[in-house]
Amino acid sequence: MSMARTGSLPPREHGAGIGTWISDVLWRHPAVLIVLLLLPPALWLGIIYLGSLFALLVQSFFSIDHFTGLIRYEFTLDTYAQLFRPSNFDIILRTVTMAICVSLASAAISFPIAYFAARYARGAWRAVFYLGIMMPLWSSYLVKIYAWKLILAKEGILTWALQGLHLEWLLDAFLALPVIGGNSLSVSTTGTFIVFVYVWLPFMVLPIQAALERVPTSMLEASGDLGARPGQTFRHVLLPLALPGVIAGSIFTFSLTLGDYIIPQIIGTSRLFIGQAVYQHQGIAGNIPLAAAFAVVPILIMGVYLWIAKRMGAFDAL
Amino acid sequence: MSAVTFDHVSRHFGAVKAVDGVNLDIAEGEFFAMLGPSGSGKTTCLRLIAGFERPTAGNIRIFGDPVQNLPPYKRNVNTVFQDYALFPHLNVIDNVAYGLMIAGQGKRQRHAAAEEALELVRLSGYGTRKPSELSGGQRQRVALARALVNKPRVLLLDEPLGALDLRLREQMQEELKSLQRQLRITFVFVTHDQGEALSMADRVAVFDHGQIIQTGTPEDIYFRPEVPFVADFVGSSNVLPEALVARLTGESRPASIRPERLKLAAEGALRARVTGLSFLGLATRVSLEAGDTRLTCLLPQDAARPAEGEEVALVWEPGDLHMMKAGA
Amino acid sequence: MHSDRAPLSLKIAAAAGLLFMHVPILLIFAYAFTTEEKSFAWPPPGLTLKWFEVTWNRPDVWAALQLSLKVAAISTGMALVLGAFCAAAVSRSRFFGRETISLMVILPIALPGVVTGIALRSAFSIADVPFSTWTIVLGHATFCVVVVYNNAVARFRRTSGSLIEASMDLGANSFQTLRHVIMPNIATALLVGGMLAFALSFDEVIVTTFTAGQQQTLPIWMLEELVRPRERPVTNVVAMVVVLVTLLPILGAYYLTRGTDQVAGQGK
Repeated sequence: MSMARTGSLPPREHGAGIGTWISDVLWRHPAVLIVLLLLPPALWLGIIYLGSLFALLVQSFFSIDHFTGLIRYEFTLDTYAQLFRPSNFDIILRTVTMAICVSLASAAISFPIAYFAARYARGAWRAVFYLGIMMPLWSSYLVKIYAWKLILAKEGILTWALQGLHLEWLLDAFLALPVIGGNSLSVSTTGTFIVFVYVWLPFMVLPIQAALERVPTSMLEASGDLGARPGQTFRHVLLPLALPGVIAGSIFTFSLTLGDYIIPQIIGTSRLFIGQAVYQHQGIAGNIPLAAAFAVVPILIMGVYLWIAKRMGAFDAL
Repeated sequence: MSAVTFDHVSRHFGAVKAVDGVNLDIAEGEFFAMLGPSGSGKTTCLRLIAGFERPTAGNIRIFGDPVQNLPPYKRNVNTVFQDYALFPHLNVIDNVAYGLMIAGQGKRQRHAAAEEALELVRLSGYGTRKPSELSGGQRQRVALARALVNKPRVLLLDEPLGALDLRLREQMQEELKSLQRQLRITFVFVTHDQGEALSMADRVAVFDHGQIIQTGTPEDIYFRPEVPFVADFVGSSNVLPEALVARLTGESRPASIRPERLKLAAEGALRARVTGLSFLGLATRVSLEAGDTRLTCLLPQDAARPAEGEEVALVWEPGDLHMMKAGA
Repeated sequence: MHSDRAPLSLKIAAAAGLLFMHVPILLIFAYAFTTEEKSFAWPPPGLTLKWFEVTWNRPDVWAALQLSLKVAAISTGMALVLGAFCAAAVSRSRFFGRETISLMVILPIALPGVVTGIALRSAFSIADVPFSTWTIVLGHATFCVVVVYNNAVARFRRTSGSLIEASMDLGANSFQTLRHVIMPNIATALLVGGMLAFALSFDEVIVTTFTAGQQQTLPIWMLEELVRPRERPVTNVVAMVVVLVTLLPILGAYYLTRGTDQVAGQGK
């Protein structure tokens, strides 16, 4: 290597181009970079998205003039009051009940899958379970609904299987039940329920699996060391630690069910859900205020739900 | 010629004064150490030289030229980072040749220079490997080569040996020292390990709370600490409070004396009681109490060992007791 | 981890659950080959390939597919830029609005789609913007940003900040650093985010029905077919194709991130 040079230090040879000039400015004023980086997304999300959300919220405080069908732009709580009419309130109740049932069923089905994947799957099986959950998660929403339309159809595979087992009387008896029955499974509330569970299932598996994976084996061993049988360890140690994961997953299943309008339309009865109410009111009817009011309901419910979930530690499981 | 000059340099982060009125003068070709505990400002000073921070006040000059407004990529200074900062997506030779590539050198030319640099740090033949395939010590050498290949006027090293195990650390200390002597580049390195600073550096600056407390050769710092903080931080030392020193010498200033310079005797001006003994192999450490003051004495292997609880007298050569600044 | 074996009941339950998630889709593949034209009869009376040809000749299917691909491409492009910018800003320095930015980016995907849909629609009507490809893109890009953002932020967080300083120390200005150091390190994360965003946009229907006006993306076409079927077998074929097409980005993203601790796809 050469000897150190004497004399004054010349600045490094640098291409004195616009790139270097801009770099110099950014070095002198680092805050400029942050502002530049954030400006486009902030404009986009802030103005377009948040702005339109705000516009929606504002609309719910307006009302529709019954005679002209036009929107009256004055502040009123009448539109919200309309939500409490029996026909409207029914819709809200129905949707929330469905959301609760769907969340419970999803949790029940997901738990074994998540539990197995977290604690027993090794090597190649890990990949199998991983892809086995990822692919349904990302595969097409409509295709999934369509698949169930095929299965639940009167002439479809489910009926065929039941006929083969000579159990079709069971199905008929079930369909004769009020509220949850119908002409065929594919136009019944039960059908809606099945499809909701099916479509949101992957959203529930992942957080539960993540929560279970975070439980150190040493904790379970300690429980056994202190005299607990496997069943007791499961109930007193594992389950409470998995609970935040279940709640995190339920945030998805609950929220997605509250707002969905497509599944009840394709596989459901003529009894409406909140999402459908929103869709219909802002459509031909042009009753934007009522549609907005309906849309605010899931936001409020989810706000409360999220607050409770945060208190129970679900956010750490996300 | 002064390589690096700090003239009343300060760097404030809001209310926090990371560097507070520091004056520094690093000579060309020197191996200079900046020593101090975490948060003392030594790393910030290093970053000010490199250009990653800009001073809130004061002037910085590198070889006479003011550099406050010069970004890092325009300074003829290179840094070896604490975490080595090797580019994971490039192999070793491309890492080392990065600076030359940016400067526009052709591939053959810069690869040849990079090979030379790798030879200098004794890593020839590792060119095609990726950083993830290297051990900690090897990565450090690559970082060193990557800095040196650009022929900087000043090389900055940020706690370079912190992540290495003891064996490797001692080996690298020697290598760095011989490298610096061979290349005659000014080395400035930051460390919290006083042993490292003492063994490698030509001069040491001791930092505390953003200020330089004392600058000097390793011997200066060790035998003649000016304030108790330096005495405490650099090697273990006995600090005698002002009152005690006044009784012994008449001057009302604190003083320090190294444990190995304190000797036991039957008669002496300072009486103390033995409170503990530790066998260290090379020596025996004796803990003593003289009134309220705790002292340590290092006895050589063949010296007679006192019993615990025994009353002894302490003596020393007059030059071994070093007076420090009053009111420190 | 546990060294004892799983109880049989658990194995059965897990396997049953997994099958439940997959079998319905596989059924569609079977239906794509059936000769039955008018209904969803099972078992299929016969097997044929003719529906593939019929679908190939349907102009509305091609138009919808083209629109979907176009929208997905543009939305992904915009999401990549916006998401990368946001991720870079949030992970590079602490500033007071960090948490707010993260929340704002996540909001479009956290709120029910119907809310986003109707909000955008009323915004368009207030601003008097006519429905077009661009209104669809606007909707898609808004929630595709979060997919890119999640992947990019995770990668930025793992990239040591000293890499950028090292690059500058060695003589590179900001743009050279961007080109030689930053981009190569986040390229895979952006690629993965882009692929997932593409899949998300291609499949999107909940928000798109509000922002599309008269145009039909492929999912909207399929929705029409579900509500008012024209030729059921054609729908079956299209469904099968859609499953296969969306499979590719997911598998690709998985392979690209396999072996790292941030495996792709968990950001949905």
